[in-house]
Amino acid sequence: MTSNALNYWYPVAMCSGINAPRDTLLLDEAITLGRDGPSYWVRDASGKFLPTVVRYGHLWTSLGQPNRELFTIPEAEAPDRRLVDCGSVKVKCSPLRAVENFLDIAHFPFVHTDILGAEPHTEVARYDVEIREDVNEVWATRVKFYQPQAAQSADGGITTDYMYRVAAPTVAVLYKTCPPRPGEWDVITLFVQPLNEEWCEVWPWMALYDDTTLHAELVSFQQMIFMQDRSILENQIPRKLPLDPGMEAPTQADMTSIAYRRWLKKIGYTYGAQVVAA
Amino acid sequence: MILYDYILSASCYKVRLMAALVNIPLTLKAVNFHPKKDHKSDSMLALNPAGTLPILVDGEHIMTQSTQILRHLATQADSGWLGTNADAEWFNFADRLNASLGIARLHDILSYDVDIEKARRDGVTQLRKLEEHLSEMRFDGMAFLTGTRPTIADIACFPNTALAPDGGVSLDAYPTIRLWMRVIRSLPGFIEMPGIHRLHELAPDPVVPV
Repeated sequence: MTSNALNYWYPVAMCSGINAPRDTLLLDEAITLGRDGPSYWVRDASGKFLPTVVRYGHLWTSLGQPNRELFTIPEAEAPDRRLVDCGSVKVKCSPLRAVENFLDIAHFPFVHTDILGAEPHTEVARYDVEIREDVNEVWATRVKFYQPQAAQSADGGITTDYMYRVAAPTVAVLYKTCPPRPGEWDVITLFVQPLNEEWCEVWPWMALYDDTTLHAELVSFQQMIFMQDRSILENQIPRKLPLDPGMEAPTQADMTSIAYRRWLKKIGYTYGAQVVAA
Repeated sequence: MILYDYILSASCYKVRLMAALVNIPLTLKAVNFHPKKDHKSDSMLALNPAGTLPILVDGEHIMTQSTQILRHLATQADSGWLGTNADAEWFNFADRLNASLGIARLHDILSYDVDIEKARRDGVTQLRKLEEHLSEMRFDGMAFLTGTRPTIADIACFPNTALAPDGGVSLDAYPTIRLWMRVIRSLPGFIEMPGIHRLHELAPDPVVPV
């Protein structure tokens, strides 16, 4: 199950939170991470140093031979964006389910009521989804949804435009309407560290245009949204993400999820997945 | 009144919920408890040397104990919320919930270093006591901890009980606790927090545009 998964990059820590060496898990393997002055290190259980990359506020590593560079988010590099470290939350669910939930819009009125959605505005209008072969990513574009309070910086309800991007099996990036700066996208990411196949640590991170909201309020908003999802995620059965149609029948609104599952199957990423039809 | 608040804190939620139920507006000041530990920052320690949340500031008064804050809010409103002498006993119980289920939750969500098995075991012990008590109250026709109406005792004990599943403790075995939680969630003015969902079935039917 893990062989393919070994060769990807994973987030294992928020750089600003590394003060002392810390033990954690990655794909069932015990690892230890820390910093010496400006440089970060990660070691496996045998003491071997693992490759590292520092990007987007987090420390990334791989247990195998990464077969591609760590993804980039060019929009997030703009110098006047506010980069927001949100810490992490542990969730007892497959890392793939955490990503899939992040890609879903239809649950907004019911789980994030009066914030990211509200009845009767429950319809998910048709949008475009594609697996981009050239970059090996899943993209959903032209997504629109009515939101009572789309962001901490939003004043009242707006129809929000979204783009969703799966940049790696456990990395999702969303781009959404930026209320204070029309024409730009706010960038919100979900970096997921697979602890094991049914347990993950989720590191949300944001790169926003917002000159007014206090940092603590931005973090609070993001943690509120993610913790509303957590109790739902922990109650999903089976805990692993089924890649084959079976007990879970998708609808039109689930096009991104269908593409994500299909893409995981195509690239052979089955860590955290249930591959036999239930 | 100003509440220094952390959105995921069960104790801060007690205060937000109580204020909402008695219709007292609060000015919320978000504190970056996680990941930055701002509740231990110099400016917050100046306000509360104990370095804990919630902190309620009402004019000259600075209150840092959630029970004290609940009493303060209740005295400003309909006095029925203040309840009876039995409340003190339930405040102690609320502390025990916090030291068991509350700690288990912080372990499971934010990786607090605790004896998780003990925390959950102690939590189950408290839940059994609560289930027994609420069952006996129900036999006598009472839906709340101390009688026929909710008091600050219920509000003190509700959050950590309802959030037990966050810490890996299921509420499936406690039907009377679940009924009690349902009654609290249906109180006029009830507000939710992440992990405690509102009763969608109480919302008015959506108006579907023609």
